[in-house]
Amino acid sequence: MNNGQKINKVSIIVSRGSLEGVYPGLIMANGARMEGIDANLFFTFFGLHAIVKNKMNHIKIATVGNPALCVPTPMGAGMPTWMGAIPGMSWIATAMMKKEMEKIDIPPVGEFIEMIHDAGARIYACKATVDMFKLTPRDFCPQMDNVLTVGEFYEMSAGAQIIFT
Amino acid sequence: MTQKQLNGVTIDVNDEGYMTNHAQWNRDVAAALAKEEGVELTEGHWKVLDFIDKDFAEKGVVPGMRRMNKVGGIPTKDLYSLFPDGPIKKAAKIAGYPKPVSCV
Repeated sequence: MNNGQKINKVSIIVSRGSLEGVYPGLIMANGARMEGIDANLFFTFFGLHAIVKNKMNHIKIATVGNPALCVPTPMGAGMPTWMGAIPGMSWIATAMMKKEMEKIDIPPVGEFIEMIHDAGARIYACKATVDMFKLTPRDFCPQMDNVLTVGEFYEMSAGAQIIFT
Repeated sequence: MTQKQLNGVTIDVNDEGYMTNHAQWNRDVAAALAKEEGVELTEGHWKVLDFIDKDFAEKGVVPGMRRMNKVGGIPTKDLYSLFPDGPIKKAAKIAGYPKPVSCV
């Protein structure tokens, strides 16, 4: 614990590429900036989809292997897990969730990344993943500030709380 | 609840300094509250404060960042440069409204 001191800086790692994997990190980064807290976002593995131009606006809810999925609303009856594999399930769940998010002013991923970047947060891509996925700078949205090694990530996280999502 | 003296007027505030009676708010109070936050109000600030005022009357809540962008036409960058270190909270406080409750 930091004895009740204010948090001054956070480094948030986004490691998953599903809708429910990406949004918590984005909301926390944006929320940090809104509180005057410095924020770095580090995208790794499939989380990288959130900053890849032709992937970022096609991020979907994982319906397979998600026992918490309910129908017809998020707090409705539990859905048998095998149904998550029915073609189109992910698309339907995502469309429904996006509609609810829009109602409470949570922007689509592309717009959210732009908002967070405009708010002064820095956006980084993980070098190991960039190499593994064979990505080039052109593949990324313009808000991506830099590709960092793990070592560089720790360096720029000096004094920060590191949050892994 | 406590009371606070600002430029000779008394305002009711909660323990975080947000006004609890909007009827006591006026432009001079806003300027004095802004000064406490280290902000000198300009035309740009007033555009934000006026939008919060208008939107609160309509919706009953302080608008979040995205509503400021989309409906108010105020870019995120401007909000952060006008009200550094927590733009919506700061602007809501100066506008005489409660602490914002939105996460985005």
